[in-house]
Amino acid sequence: MDGALRAYEHWVTSYRRLWRASIVSSVLNPVLYLTALGVGLGKLVNHGPHPLGVSYVAFVAPGVLAATGMQIATNESSFPVMAALRWTRTYYAMLASPLRVRDILIGHQLYFASRVAVAATIYLAALAAFGTLHSGYAIFALPVTVLVGAAFSAPVAAFSAWAPKDAYLSALLRFGIVPMFLFSGTFFPVTRLPPGVREIAYATPLWHGVDLARHLTLGTATWGMSLVHVAYLVAFAGAGLVIAERSYRKRLVL
Amino acid sequence: MSTNDALIHARGLTKRFGGLTAVDGIDFDVSKGEAFGFLGPNGAGKSSTMRMIGCVSPVGGGTLRVLGLDPAADGPAIRGRLGVVPQLDNLDNELTVRENVIIYGRYFGLARRDLRQRADELLEFVQLSERANDPVEPLSGGMKRRLTIARSLVNDPDVLLLDEPTTGLDPQARHVVWDRLFRLKQQGVTLVLTTHYMDEAEQLCDRLVVMDHGKIAEEGSPAGLIQRLSTREVVELRFPGDAPVVESSAFNGRVARVEVLPDRVLLYTDDGDALAPIAHELLGAQSVLVRRSTLEDVFLRLTGRTLVD
Ligand SMILES: Nc1ncnc2c1ncn2[C@@H]1O[C@H](COP(=O)(O)OP(=O)(O)OP(=O)(O)O)[C@@H](O)[C@H]1O
Ligand SMILES: [Mg+2]
Repeated sequence: MDGALRAYEHWVTSYRRLWRASIVSSVLNPVLYLTALGVGLGKLVNHGPHPLGVSYVAFVAPGVLAATGMQIATNESSFPVMAALRWTRTYYAMLASPLRVRDILIGHQLYFASRVAVAATIYLAALAAFGTLHSGYAIFALPVTVLVGAAFSAPVAAFSAWAPKDAYLSALLRFGIVPMFLFSGTFFPVTRLPPGVREIAYATPLWHGVDLARHLTLGTATWGMSLVHVAYLVAFAGAGLVIAERSYRKRLVL
Repeated sequence: MSTNDALIHARGLTKRFGGLTAVDGIDFDVSKGEAFGFLGPNGAGKSSTMRMIGCVSPVGGGTLRVLGLDPAADGPAIRGRLGVVPQLDNLDNELTVRENVIIYGRYFGLARRDLRQRADELLEFVQLSERANDPVEPLSGGMKRRLTIARSLVNDPDVLLLDEPTTGLDPQARHVVWDRLFRLKQQGVTLVLTTHYMDEAEQLCDRLVVMDHGKIAEEGSPAGLIQRLSTREVVELRFPGDAPVVESSAFNGRVARVEVLPDRVLLYTDDGDALAPIAHELLGAQSVLVRRSTLEDVFLRLTGRTLVD
């Protein structure tokens, strides 16, 4: 773990050079989203009977929170991982020291988790300001968002280390992440999807994260379902790590 | 030399990539304080060997001991005592020059407080103090190379591994790097380097092996190799088109050996000045040059090819 922390330190140090820009977008993004969806779209959606039981912004905000975890984690673990292997060769610099492949992998993953955690904290504060947190359990949406991040950053890092060229990464974002963002219950309940498609949505890690975050902020979480969600996300993160270690090793140890 | 006093000890060291044998059963020992070189052309297996010594590439066959330890069992511990200047730069471009050294030192578990001072000393040594707070990206190739060297010294390594330390640098930048490496050598740092520049090998190496196609063709000091495998002087004749085919017998015993290259004929002799006019008259070359033998000639003798094409 000590080795992983030393690798982690590298990423935090490089991040210090650009944290200002990224903090601004971390604050601005949720505010823009919540304003557009809550005040704009919400006004249209909230007319008439209220099928969701809560205002649209209170419904959509935790979904966007979880999806933000996915997005930051995916962005950070796709091109930057490929870069560290192929372009900047940062991983090779690390490997010339006592650090091991596992340290290098875990150190980077810890950094992804930190990035998600910082953004999620800001986001959650914005949600509170918009009055969309209906329960004290909402605080648990924070670790849940970090877990969603890990459920993506680990398998995406595995994929990025394996990918033969960068077009694979663009394809993953376009055909994997964007559709997930739109159809995994972030903006509307998955039950509105036609049968067949609905099952696919249930299988995505994002849906589990969205559903859990939503029940936590709305105060409707149950133990049983929450544990299922957590287990599902942990399984994704765990399997991702195992595969990632293998694909890192394949690239780094020749 | 026994295994015990050798910092690096290899017997039958082998590396395969699929069907390709990149390193083909080589034997060598590097002792403390020595500057040891692998001289060879592209694809000879130099980097593959260095990566095995650096404990980042598993040994494919044979025995390798680095600092008396087995890379398979003690890789991280060995790496903690090595300094590595890889063939391809892997500096942190988004960090400053000083931060590059500090963060690299952190990989070795060194304390930040000590590292600040250490970084300043090392940057002073590689003459980059003035650029300490600048980002790495705009540095010249030679400066980046020097920074990589500074970084590799952060853990005060027992052995410094340099894979083609000056490839791609202009002559002036190369001389600055050589000067620094020479200084390290004087300080008693054990250097292991690869190169395909014979002048680099001659300047820096106490002892070297000539490597080709994964095998070691010869071993010795630069001067010893030249003495053993070449004549004192070389008469080099240049031709505008194809060089003529010549036999050494044409020179009545004055020429020990002849090499015919596409545009040149090399006559190996102990008295170049006496031979030059005779050869010029006989062969009608465009230009004639008398020079001392170099490692290039040794390499040509051993492999029938030139080092750098
Ligand atoms: N990871 C790898 N996978 C497959 N083949 C490899 C790999 N690394 C090296 N090789 C091959 O092994 C042979 C030796 O390569 P190596 O890099 O050790 O040579 P080198 O002497 O360092 O050459 P150069 O001067 O070009 O750096 C080459 O034919 C090379 O293509
Ligand atoms: Mg090489």
